[in-house]
Amino acid sequence: MDNLDMNLNEIKDILKLSKEQTEDRKISLLDFSKNGFPSKKDEDWKFIDLNRIISSKIPKIKFSNNLVSKKIDNKEIFKNINKNLLENNYVISKNGLITDVVLDHEDKNKFSITKIPVNIKEDIHSSLGSLNKAFYLDYLKIVIKENYKFKKPVLIINYSSPEIENTVLNQRFDLVMEKNSSMSILDLNWNLSKNNFYNINNNFQLNENSILKNYKIDLNNNSNIFYSKTKIELYKNSISENFIISSGSECSKNEIECDLKEKFSSAFVNGIINLDVSKQHEIRSKINHLSENTKSYQLIKCALKDKSKAVYQGKIFVDSIAQKTDGYQLSKAILLNEGTEFNGKPELEIYADDVKCSHGSSSGNLDENKIFYLMTRGLSKNEAKKILLDGFYLEVIEKITDTKVKDLIKELMKIR
Amino acid sequence: MREKEIDKLKEYKYGFTTDIENIRSPRGLSKKTIEFISNIKNEPDWMLKWRMKAFERLKKIKEPNWQKPKYPKINYQDLYYYSAPKTAKDKPKSLDEVDPKLIETYKKLGIPLDEQKKLSGIAVDAVFDSVSVATTFKDKLNEVGVIFCSISEAIQKHPELVKKYLGSVIPINDHYFATLNSAVFTDGSFVYIPEGVKCPMELSTYFRINASQTGQFERTLIIADKNSYVSYLEGCTAPMRDENQLHAANVELVALEGAEIKYSTVQNWYPGDENGNGGIYNFVTKRGLCKEKNSKISWTQVETGSAITWKYPSCILQGDNSVGEFYSIAITNNHQKADTGTKMIHLGKNTKSKIISKGISAGFADNTYRGLVDIFPKAKNAQNFTQCDSLLMGNKCGAHTIPYIKNKNSDSNIAHEATTSKISEDQLFYCQQRGLNSEEAVSLIVNGFCKEVLQQLPMEFAVEAQKLVGISLEGSVG
Repeated sequence: MDNLDMNLNEIKDILKLSKEQTEDRKISLLDFSKNGFPSKKDEDWKFIDLNRIISSKIPKIKFSNNLVSKKIDNKEIFKNINKNLLENNYVISKNGLITDVVLDHEDKNKFSITKIPVNIKEDIHSSLGSLNKAFYLDYLKIVIKENYKFKKPVLIINYSSPEIENTVLNQRFDLVMEKNSSMSILDLNWNLSKNNFYNINNNFQLNENSILKNYKIDLNNNSNIFYSKTKIELYKNSISENFIISSGSECSKNEIECDLKEKFSSAFVNGIINLDVSKQHEIRSKINHLSENTKSYQLIKCALKDKSKAVYQGKIFVDSIAQKTDGYQLSKAILLNEGTEFNGKPELEIYADDVKCSHGSSSGNLDENKIFYLMTRGLSKNEAKKILLDGFYLEVIEKITDTKVKDLIKELMKIR
Repeated sequence: MREKEIDKLKEYKYGFTTDIENIRSPRGLSKKTIEFISNIKNEPDWMLKWRMKAFERLKKIKEPNWQKPKYPKINYQDLYYYSAPKTAKDKPKSLDEVDPKLIETYKKLGIPLDEQKKLSGIAVDAVFDSVSVATTFKDKLNEVGVIFCSISEAIQKHPELVKKYLGSVIPINDHYFATLNSAVFTDGSFVYIPEGVKCPMELSTYFRINASQTGQFERTLIIADKNSYVSYLEGCTAPMRDENQLHAANVELVALEGAEIKYSTVQNWYPGDENGNGGIYNFVTKRGLCKEKNSKISWTQVETGSAITWKYPSCILQGDNSVGEFYSIAITNNHQKADTGTKMIHLGKNTKSKIISKGISAGFADNTYRGLVDIFPKAKNAQNFTQCDSLLMGNKCGAHTIPYIKNKNSDSNIAHEATTSKISEDQLFYCQQRGLNSEEAVSLIVNGFCKEVLQQLPMEFAVEAQKLVGISLEGSVG
């Protein structure tokens, strides 16, 4: 990775970074180059060896791209996106650069937008975090003021154009929700590019009584490697609802870490992994119960075809002061044919005694008896399988509390 | 002063040592030590070569460090790798010749070595420190052709069996502690059940660590030939010591076509005092191989002792239709730490496995269940059921569950569930209302919690284990 320094210089020129900023990035760069991309030696990457995948798929990887200046017409992007999605507020990121922030449906005084990072001060413990910090091209921070509730969801379109290849795209999005605010995010992957590595870093802070609904949608087929890390801090009475559909990218890992810092906060992580060909997807969640009377619920379902592979690593951590914690975790996988693989690691780490924590995990094929039953009713085998799978997914989709989004997702997944 | 000593004895029921002159190997781990061990045991050349191979390998590998309970670095050059009662050199021919002090020790432990104990029907191969001293019930076992002797005897008398199976389940290039054992193992049990024989009695070995600064390196090898059955019991108590003692045993089980092995353990080694000083390090490698079709291996363990317990009795289900089972109770109190669980490797068709694990944590203890269920692509119709429950007493202790599930076969079925809870106030109140004190109530409730596992133990053990469950948790409530 000799091109690291060179690429940093390129970014310095593109973004016209100050000397201090460049030095900051250099430190992060050093951190990254020390460890490189995580490999299976790293416990968190045990099941998906990113280092190997990248070195075999993108041997000549670039860390910056000179296409940021390229003008892309929004119509080009909107062309194939479902119309119902476009009725919302939207943010468009083109090739790693945030070009449009259109929040027309909302009261302009009730939120603020920051585009240039003042100074990101945080401890980064992962090499991908350092990579992001060293090379991110653009940054978006939204602060929602007290008592304001967003009227429409915010659609975030992560778009990359077909010209981009073998490149790392780093992105950062921070969100602060003040007291009693609420918001929904629709995070859409919309990539036409090939063989890139997406490295997205989100930080959300939910203050008292705030509600954040975060829906991540990755449905259109593309050959990119996708990694997203979302860190959510929850304070008193706040609720974070996360829903992930993981299906389109060739390789994907969604990492969600929730810190339940004050009492009565709750976190939900629900997800569907639906794969075919030789895709590899992973959902990793870490729920830290750090205060008493907190709640978490996780439901992950996977359906695997062809030679695909799914991984679920979920961890519930309960601190010794977090009494009366309620934690639940369930993962189910259906392996539709030979050659598929499911790996699970549902972990509990508990230091408090007055808690209710449990997890369950199961994996296997579709029930032959159920298929037989449906066939006796006149359905073909494929129809029967489709109905059973739809039912399997629906249990997760029904957990979505925003009814409009729920219908939209059903439509996108072609489930009636 | 004396009163203090008596008090200390009360804390640990089996905390006594017997003064017997020891023959010790040179201190430290070296080629010389291994030669010394091999020499004193009159081992053939191939055995020494085998040990040396393990020693060479040992130099290249490092201790694993991924486990939850961390321990101070062990200085392997400061340990004695062999210590035997002096009487071992000239083996006794009858019980009369056995050192009376030894007999006394066994009596305190309640080992059925002498006449009256014969009635209880257990053949005992007692290991005092490192050398098997006396073996009873030989005749009865001889009749049916069962070989039950120390491994050093087996190396002399049945080299073809030992050569064939030793290291076939735990190879010498396995992990650090297993390799260490392969290089320096001193003694242990050897069992061979011939074809079609159902072993007429439960076989049992009591281990006992005696001399200080002696790591115990037991090696047990059990082979069940076609359509045979054997139930093996292992029970452990150790004297009270301040220094940490290392115990790195290897246990290998081989089940051939249609054979069944049932291996039960009650482990009550010295756990250290209530401040976490001293105690045994129990780093044991136990692995069973269901080599041929229709075989079955069942592990049952009750782990109450040791400062650190770190072991994963595993089953490799290689033969078609083979079955692996794992039942475990791990109780940790005070500063004890346990990181235990199992591995079920499904290789053959229609293989089944079942895991029931109960972890109980009190005081400042940490209890981890870590397990692996791995279903290979060719293991059609494999089935697994896992249940691991944890019980916590107080908020200074921890209970952790780290299961790894790997499924590479679409016709297989895996189900896993785990819960963590505490003893409810209602349950305690009800028991106390009926006249039990709080400790009795806890013991009763915990016994109920563990029932599924306790049921799997043979009768002799079940009673002992139930008592142990109660004793181990003394002082954890109130």
